[in-house]
Amino acid sequence: MSNEWPLWEVFIRGQHGLSHRHVGSLHAPDAEMAINNARDVYTRRNEGVSIWVTKATDITASAPGEKGPLFEPSNSKVYRHPTFFDIPKEVGQM
Amino acid sequence: MTASNPLFEFTLHMGDNALILGQRVSAWCGHAPILEEDIALANTGLDLIGQTKLWLSYAAEIENKDRDADDLAFRRDGRDFRNCLLVEQPNGDYAQTMMRQFLFDAWHHPMLAALTNSSNKRVAEIAEKSEKEAAYHLERSTDLLIRLGDGSQESHDRMQTALDDLWRFTGELTSAGDVETSLGKENVIPDGSAISDQYASYIQTALREATLTIPEGVGMRQGGKKGIHTEDFGYLLAEMQSLPRAYPDAAW
Repeated sequence: MSNEWPLWEVFIRGQHGLSHRHVGSLHAPDAEMAINNARDVYTRRNEGVSIWVTKATDITASAPGEKGPLFEPSNSKVYRHPTFFDIPKEVGQM
Repeated sequence: MTASNPLFEFTLHMGDNALILGQRVSAWCGHAPILEEDIALANTGLDLIGQTKLWLSYAAEIENKDRDADDLAFRRDGRDFRNCLLVEQPNGDYAQTMMRQFLFDAWHHPMLAALTNSSNKRVAEIAEKSEKEAAYHLERSTDLLIRLGDGSQESHDRMQTALDDLWRFTGELTSAGDVETSLGKENVIPDGSAISDQYASYIQTALREATLTIPEGVGMRQGGKKGIHTEDFGYLLAEMQSLPRAYPDAAW
C-alpha cells in the first residue's frame, strides 16, 4: 500500500512533572497533521498537556531475540537494585 | 412563530447553526476517508451538538413556553429554523464537507470570540465555553483547506468546485437584519461590519494560500435566518426528527 500515509508514534505527557508516555500510533501525511490527529484520537478526555509525535520508522528498537544477552545478566546482581534503602517520606514519588 | 423577540431569534440562529452542521458532519461517522479523519470529524460534530444544547436551552428559557432544548431541536418545523443556508448544504464529497466547514468556522470563531464581551451575561458565558472549540475547528479546517487546495490536481479541482458551489451562501453569515441591528444597539452582539471584515480578510488569505480563486459575480443567497431554507433541508430534518416524532414519549 504505497499511497498510505506514514505511521507515527504518539507520546503524551499526562500532567506537568511526569514524562511523556507512549499511548499508541496513527497515520498522517506529516508531523503537523500527526499532532492534530493525535489531539483528536488520544486527548479527547483531557488526558494531556503535551504531545510528541515521531515517525515510527525513526525509532530504533532492540531486537526481541537479544532479550537474553541484553537483560538477563542483571537479574543475578541484586546489589544493582536500590531496594535496601528506606526512602524518606518527604522525598515523595521517585 | 413570531419574530418578536430578537434575543430569542439570535439564540436560535446560533443554536440551529451548530445543530444542523453537527447533524451533517456526524453523517460522516464511519464513512470518512481515513480513520483519523473519521474521529476528528465526529469530534467536531459532537462539539457542535454540545454547543447546540447551550444555545437552545437558553432560547427555550427566553421563550418561556414550557419547551426545552430537545423540543426546539426535534419538534420544530423547517420554517421555524434560523440556521444559515451554508450549514444545511449536503455533505457531497470530502472537499464539499471541508469547504463548508472552513467557510463556517472562519465566521463562527471570530463571532464567538467577540460574543465573549456581550452585554448579556448568559450569551457571554455560552460564547466563552464554545470559543476554544471553534478555534480548534478553524485551525483544523484551514489546515485541510490549504493541504487539499494546494495538493494534487484532483484535490485542487475538487476544492475549487466546492468553493464555486458554496460561495453564494457566505454572504448570509455576515448580513444584518432587524435582529442584528436591535441586538447590536444593546451591545448583546458585536458590530457586524467588524466581524464581516475579519471574515473576509481571513478567508481571502487562506484561500490564496490554498491556491483557490473566489468566484466572481455570484449573487448571494439568503433566507435561512428567516426560515426559508433550501431543498435538502427538509430531508435532513425528516431524518433528524424521525425518532422523537414517531415516538413522542421516547426517553434515554
